[in-house]
Amino acid sequence: MLKRLHYWVLGFVLALTLVLLNLPPTAAGRLKTAIASLFIPLFGLAGSAQSFVDRASYAAFTRSTLIRELERIGGENQQLRIIQAQGQAALEENVRLRALLGWQPSPRWKLRAAHVVGREPTTWWRNITLDYGLLDGAQIGQPVLTSAGLVGRIRAAGPMHCSVALIGDPECGVSVVISETRDQGIIQEAHSAPVGDGLITLKTLQHSPAILAGQTVTTSGLGGVFPAGIPVGHIVDTRAADGGLYTEARVRLSANLNRLEEVWVLTQNP
Amino acid sequence: MTRVPTIALFFFTWLAVFGQTQFPVLTNLLATPVTVLPALMVYAALTHGIVTVAVLAFGAGVGADSLSANPLGISILPLFAVGFVLQLRQHLILRDQIYAQLWLGLAAGITIPGLTLGMLYLDSQQPITGPFLLGQVFLTGILNALLCPALFAFFDALRRTFDYQPMTEGSFRPDREIKRGRI
Repeated sequence: MLKRLHYWVLGFVLALTLVLLNLPPTAAGRLKTAIASLFIPLFGLAGSAQSFVDRASYAAFTRSTLIRELERIGGENQQLRIIQAQGQAALEENVRLRALLGWQPSPRWKLRAAHVVGREPTTWWRNITLDYGLLDGAQIGQPVLTSAGLVGRIRAAGPMHCSVALIGDPECGVSVVISETRDQGIIQEAHSAPVGDGLITLKTLQHSPAILAGQTVTTSGLGGVFPAGIPVGHIVDTRAADGGLYTEARVRLSANLNRLEEVWVLTQNP
Repeated sequence: MTRVPTIALFFFTWLAVFGQTQFPVLTNLLATPVTVLPALMVYAALTHGIVTVAVLAFGAGVGADSLSANPLGISILPLFAVGFVLQLRQHLILRDQIYAQLWLGLAAGITIPGLTLGMLYLDSQQPITGPFLLGQVFLTGILNALLCPALFAFFDALRRTFDYQPMTEGSFRPDREIKRGRI
């Protein structure tokens, strides 16, 4: 038999839940940010603990190992400077040619580093939290990537943290192109899988026998969210869909979404 | 009874909600995020009143949703529903038995994610689902089944430590005292 207090509590919880679920998206987003700020001390504590562990592990490296690593990075840096100089020259040429043709100048992007400070606690979304917020210049929709490839886009931003929808989440559709054949497709939501198994389905590709395993998939730049040319992954296999009208391809992502620690956020230069 | 065990329960819940977003190595190893909220709800429902259960469901629900891509408030009802049913039947459940704790942890660990998914569909969301999700939910149930007795042992020890100790009565009774006078 339900007691009177149970009735009251049940009604109160139901009413509160209904109010929360029917909040306008902006208000719900702000409330979410406010509640998430209750965990800022714990985020700080976890970050400090991680950096302490990292510093402690540095002590394990020998001097000769560090010198070897320094030499390797020095050599790599010189090579990258040469490549950057060539790229800069090509970019300037591109700007000049665009101006001659009267085309819109292509947007300039710069990179901001961010740490992954949290992961999605449920199995039905693909999401991470970064220590990069509105105070650092975070904006909803900014692309997030690693040196290996595309990771996702910013879904929501608070003052000090932001939430990133990873590739495969319903909120992170990506228009892509197969570099070798120039066939275009869309990466939409994934099926449930072990966390970060690295496979994703590329849909709505025009049926083409030229699409083969091993080909490279990059962003197409369509839609304006992601700039063109960011590596996404490689095709693993293909199959016919919708009675042979379209081809679906499974793509192994270049970025390991399982092991993300540091990422880069692409911000557009004004 | 002191309030310390209840405050400790809320504090532990705060840590547990945050803990769900951490430990990537464990998450990768188990292929599913680790959550202890179902086991905590079982403990709260079997040892505390309905108000504590409601506060815990609300706090843990909005906390978990704020750190997740879930719509805010979607996790409250599933947590509360399990807590409410167990709290109503609190006097019928042999809560001190490890066997009961295991089964309740398993049931809560499966029911709460299942109800949350149902709520997401009712809210017209499109969560990522598929055959593997069943395995992940079942694994969450097993984890909570294993964690539930551990939580009971931990919080019962805490309760014993902070509760007022019963006053021990000596065998001395003034009305039975033999008073010897001068013979």
